[in-house]
Amino acid sequence: MTKNLAASTFLKPAKLKESDLNNVLAKLMSRGSIDYADLYFQNSQYESWSLEDGIVKQGNYGIDHGVGIRAISGEKTGFAYSDEISLSALTGACKTVSAISRRGKSQTVKMFANHLAPQHLYDSVDPLDTFSAEQKVKLLESVDIEARRLDTRVTQVMVSLAGCRDIVLVASSDGSLAADSRPLVRFSVSVIVESNGQREQASAGGGARVGYGFFLENERALEYARDAVRQAITKLDAVEAPAGMMPVVLGAGWPGVLLHEAIGHGLEGDFNRKGSSAFSGRIGERVASSVCTIVDDGTLPNRRGSLNIDDEGTPTQCTTLIENGLLKGYLQDKLNAKLMGVAATGNGRRESYAHLPMPRMTNTYMLAGKSEPEEIISSVKKGLYAVNFGGGQVDITSGKFVFSASEAYLIEDGRITRPVRGATLIGNGPDVLTKVSMVGNDLKLDEGVGTCGKEGQSVPVGVGQPTLRVDELTVGGTNI
Amino acid sequence: MMRLTKKYSNENRGCVEFALKAAKRFGADQAEVALSIDDGLSVSVRNGDIETLEYHQDKGLAVTVFINQCSGSANTSDLSEKAIKRTVKIATEIARFTAKDEYAGLANAEDLASTFFDLNLHSSWDIDADKAVDLALTCEDAAFKLDKRIINSEGVTVTSHETFQVYGNSHGFLASYPSSQHSLSCSVIASQGDGMQRDHWYSSARDAHFLEAPVKVGKQAAKRALARLNAQKISTAKIPILFSPDVSSGLFSHFLSAISGGSLYRKSTFLLDHLGKKVFPEWMHIIEQPHIIAGPGSRPYDSEGVKTRSRNIVEQGILQGYVLDSYSARKLDMRTTGNSGGIHNLIVEPGKHNFKAMLKLMDKGLLVTELMGQGINIVTGDYSRGAAGFWVENGKVQYPVEEITIAGNLKDMFQQIVAVGNDVDLRRNVRVGSVLIPEMMVSGN
Repeated sequence: MTKNLAASTFLKPAKLKESDLNNVLAKLMSRGSIDYADLYFQNSQYESWSLEDGIVKQGNYGIDHGVGIRAISGEKTGFAYSDEISLSALTGACKTVSAISRRGKSQTVKMFANHLAPQHLYDSVDPLDTFSAEQKVKLLESVDIEARRLDTRVTQVMVSLAGCRDIVLVASSDGSLAADSRPLVRFSVSVIVESNGQREQASAGGGARVGYGFFLENERALEYARDAVRQAITKLDAVEAPAGMMPVVLGAGWPGVLLHEAIGHGLEGDFNRKGSSAFSGRIGERVASSVCTIVDDGTLPNRRGSLNIDDEGTPTQCTTLIENGLLKGYLQDKLNAKLMGVAATGNGRRESYAHLPMPRMTNTYMLAGKSEPEEIISSVKKGLYAVNFGGGQVDITSGKFVFSASEAYLIEDGRITRPVRGATLIGNGPDVLTKVSMVGNDLKLDEGVGTCGKEGQSVPVGVGQPTLRVDELTVGGTNI
Repeated sequence: MMRLTKKYSNENRGCVEFALKAAKRFGADQAEVALSIDDGLSVSVRNGDIETLEYHQDKGLAVTVFINQCSGSANTSDLSEKAIKRTVKIATEIARFTAKDEYAGLANAEDLASTFFDLNLHSSWDIDADKAVDLALTCEDAAFKLDKRIINSEGVTVTSHETFQVYGNSHGFLASYPSSQHSLSCSVIASQGDGMQRDHWYSSARDAHFLEAPVKVGKQAAKRALARLNAQKISTAKIPILFSPDVSSGLFSHFLSAISGGSLYRKSTFLLDHLGKKVFPEWMHIIEQPHIIAGPGSRPYDSEGVKTRSRNIVEQGILQGYVLDSYSARKLDMRTTGNSGGIHNLIVEPGKHNFKAMLKLMDKGLLVTELMGQGINIVTGDYSRGAAGFWVENGKVQYPVEEITIAGNLKDMFQQIVAVGNDVDLRRNVRVGSVLIPEMMVSGN
């Protein structure tokens, strides 16, 4: 089905046949010591609508279409792309990328083989068509009305709705020919509240690989508005955040950005193949306490970080990164898997046809533990309870990572007391998880808003975790 | 590499004219079209051999239409007449569903640029993949040779990009200019004992002749990585902070967000209603200079075709102007400052101290050379970020520091600035030397 869609999107209009792709790859592989080559066709249609001052002010639509051509020789990669899909454009680009290999004997190309039944983790819908323009406008307006209705201190509401459909076709010299049709929608609401001249801002949102109807289920979009207003109002009463090292309890769900930054990036195959990660060469070693088991799972139905196949045509899978505290595996694309002598894990991802694939996360989360969330909070005499975060960042080599809490509370004598102002938390990836002493039984995944940046490329990802306690983390507040 | 021939540029101007005509036919009262063509080469080497060779070719056309002050916009990477027509049509269809916004529309005709000087923003670099590889290898080799403790490379990258931009609108404005950006960057890893540290250095310029020598870039990257070895955590305390030029420009980027039109009309900034008020110490002056020859942020006109102008933004510490496009200007009942698309070379007037003198002035405190994370709240000014740098005592660097945060409030930090150095980083759109702040909260042990 999806393959037919891809063929009618890319091949038919250009009068290309599957055998032409095979021939193009064969020609490329005959030019020198090229071990692997692939073609990545992509058609992306996207739109966004935004509301401010109570009216839908802007709507945008775009389409992007092209093919990326890659050739690998050992550790070397040649890459070019074209927004024109035709035999002559492909042939021209192949000539360019083959410059990566000067001499060597020619390699053979496998014929495209029939693969196992592809995964079906989401429907092949075009989200843009799932609502009429009137419905999209009405959805935005309803959220604005809800946010303003909730509290008179709400002075500004900004709402946006975005949808995208990607159709991709990957043809590679190793015989894989795979297609995917990927819907992705996202909703976000940001509010500003004002009280006695003091202002605060907060935002909430969500998304998934579905149609826009998702936002109407269980008043989902209205819930985002309620959450944003609640957070902003809470912040009005916030006191200075504490400074120094202290126990930190992280809430369930989105605080899993901890795992993404502290260990996820450090376990990507490219950094480990190159020996530049603080986790390089540490498979089998203890990098977390025994209550921690962490996976990267690209196969969760409809999740933002999920994919039927990665951008190299490999089916995604659930990869155990850390099991009971021991480092089990890395995240691999084809290039790094081959160079490290392991199997690809379905983590080869790219922002678009105009970018090279590399090992990236999908949905990264920690499995549930045994503790009750209340028990975890009551175990802390004096510390921080952080439930919402902005972005994070990591230095792969030194292992130092940060993530910024946007909603957090003081814990005093085992009880959540006052909200505190935003603060950045900093730690060391290879040892922060060894300080996790309690893991909750309340595993939750995030709402579907995560975007991960690496080497200038953005891809949608997911995170998740149960409530957990880190015995010691540096909190960047202003109050000693 | 690309040749920006006259014919080529005329064709692209033709696309923009075609789109504007189509917009009129589809019923737009006003329309604007921006087209950009980018052509580039990126070559990376690692550990003595080529790693990636990438050829970039991007093009895109963006159209915005206004029908009865309702706006719609659409983009396409396909520049065929058929695709352009379709794109314009979609934009007009979107405008049927957006609401009438009395502030929407093109920039006022009288604000548009009418004279165009050559700012020398474009210079081709006669370089092919082989030459780029040689340059990169020379750079990496210099880094490895500097010290045995440089044990690994994250890669040296040479890039060369040329862009041709066309902007036209239904006021009859149509202009275009080519620009270029070439760079050389090097990232290496130093190791001693169990610890590894990575750092980088880069050089970038519109004209490749002004790139730093590869050997210099490589050595600088290596020195920086080595200097970070055996970093320690320091104790939680309120201490003086010196922001090196690597990171001080960030402070002024936050300042720019806080005085930008969007933040102001949404009332989401800690500098709301601060025009004419003292925001910095009275010895500080900040200007915008959009017409620096070959400057990193130089532009003849902004993204709406509005003439860019040199102006004072802060004079004797007092805020003289905001950063506005025509939409936010109308919302605020002001005039556009020609900043649609951002600032064009912000210059914080340098003080008399060089970097060494700035260290001496601080005497004891933390030199910050790297910041991590996004812990900045423009609504409140709250600032809390991960940091790395060096402990300074007796005006001299003592040892590297990591895994700490620095926190404060931008409003206070700006007012308290003690000195700005003359060690200006010229590679950036925001040009400022090192910045000394007398007290911030450092969170560590």
